[in-house]
Amino acid sequence: MNNIMIGRFVPGDSWIHRLDPRTKMIGTFIFIFVMLWANSWATYAWSAAFVFAMIRLTKQPFKLYWDGLKPIFWLILFTIILQLFFTPGEPVLFQAGPLKITVPGIINAIYVMIRFVLIILMSTILTLTTAPTSIANALESLLKPLKKLHVPVAELALMLSIALRFVPLLMDETQKIMNAQKSRGMSFSTGGPIKRARAIVPLLIPLFVGALQRALDLANAMEVRGFQDATQRTKYRILSYGSEDSKAFAGLFIFSVLFIAIKFFIKY
Amino acid sequence: MAINFEQVNFSYGAGTTLAQPILHDINVTIPDGQVTAIVGQTGSGKSTLIQHLNGLLKPTSGRIIIDDFILTNGIKEKQLTGLRARVGMVFQFPENQLFANTVLDDVMYAPINFGYSKREAQIAAKEALKRVHVSEKLWHKSPFELSGGQMRRVAMAGTLASNPDIVVLDEPAAGLDPKGQNELLNIVRDLKSAGKLVVLISHQMDHVIAVADHMIVMNNGRVAAEGTPTEIFNRDLSWFKEVALDLPKAGQFAEKLRQKGRSLSRRPLLLTELAKMLNGDDQHE
Repeated sequence: MNNIMIGRFVPGDSWIHRLDPRTKMIGTFIFIFVMLWANSWATYAWSAAFVFAMIRLTKQPFKLYWDGLKPIFWLILFTIILQLFFTPGEPVLFQAGPLKITVPGIINAIYVMIRFVLIILMSTILTLTTAPTSIANALESLLKPLKKLHVPVAELALMLSIALRFVPLLMDETQKIMNAQKSRGMSFSTGGPIKRARAIVPLLIPLFVGALQRALDLANAMEVRGFQDATQRTKYRILSYGSEDSKAFAGLFIFSVLFIAIKFFIKY
Repeated sequence: MAINFEQVNFSYGAGTTLAQPILHDINVTIPDGQVTAIVGQTGSGKSTLIQHLNGLLKPTSGRIIIDDFILTNGIKEKQLTGLRARVGMVFQFPENQLFANTVLDDVMYAPINFGYSKREAQIAAKEALKRVHVSEKLWHKSPFELSGGQMRRVAMAGTLASNPDIVVLDEPAAGLDPKGQNELLNIVRDLKSAGKLVVLISHQMDHVIAVADHMIVMNNGRVAAEGTPTEIFNRDLSWFKEVALDLPKAGQFAEKLRQKGRSLSRRPLLLTELAKMLNGDDQHE
């Protein structure tokens, strides 16, 4: 229960931690966008070098990133297998019916794997160094233009940050209810699939009841403190774009220029 | 039927770099047929300790002997079902575990899991509901329609229905009104007179003195003291500071009197005892 790494934030004081969350968000998108144009070993190597340099800059142990990759291991494996067996081309190394392994297939499979891993690592850098509330704040700030189209941006961002806030609470609660029902003889690991599916009811119902109760309590707590939607609200943490953020964008620009140069001039 | 902890250590995430040791070298005996209270400040390891009693947690090293069952680190999940039928565990705020359509169905959940037939489970459930004084009118209602105190008692029945020999209660009185608290203490007494071994975590020393025969004081993951409540509560005041423990109300009152210059011959633990002493049955000035 406690080793779910996706979206986990680890507080720290690295250069990356201190960047404006908007910078990190846009930067991540730019990086992913640029990297999708990679089509050779050299371009992938350059992208990987950039990601690993970023990871060093976060001053977090690499194990944390490795843990972030683990949950999507099966997804990566699945796409690799698809690429491996269904890429047409010459020379064919092995064929069994419609399935064939070709040299371009192997290369493609490795490319896709690298692409996957780099994208996950880059987004892990974002979530690992940015508090969930900051991500919600940044999203709100970036989506501001949509306000003109009457999209309730502030409310959406608030919902997002409340949802993120509730994740650890609900995990805690799940553990508690699981302990209680296990003590009453609940077992997830015996019986057929139907019996196992039914075993989850005594876990889900108390969890839902608890979540609804919490939501009502929170709604009351917000209301008694004068919460109204659609008003101009000030922020506790003010986002500020500084010179360090410009440096970050400059770095990203240099990365992109060199990326294009490598793409066109190095043929490996 | 007694419970023995032998050199028990426990850490979360044992064997990894993030291992967090919680319990250190626990050696205690919880005597049969008595009420044992486990006390200590928040984070002292009480809840971790009791989760070992039915194998929700397994000791990182050492072993726990519960009657003829030996719980060690290597035990398999499947072997624990038998233990869980014999050790009933009521967690803090147990009303959060209710899920079924009716009170009766919810209380029947544990017996059915432990292999009772539907008929047997129903009989056991009704008996358990009577034992915790849930009136028959409520049996076919949804558990979510009940009041807080009623829900708490239904949840307790849900544990008692499989007729465990050992009953573990984690702060059973938390959040109840005084009447509910008294009812709860009476249930604990009833369980004891039915011959069960009761383990109780409590922060209220007046509850401890009211029902417990034996006490275990936890501090920083270690057993700081073990003994009868009378032995423990007659220790030096400085010791209570050290382990962040309160005296029962009568004892606190007597200490305040002593600071004001009126000493009593001994430290009273029950309010009635204090009242008697103040009424002049115990004048030594």
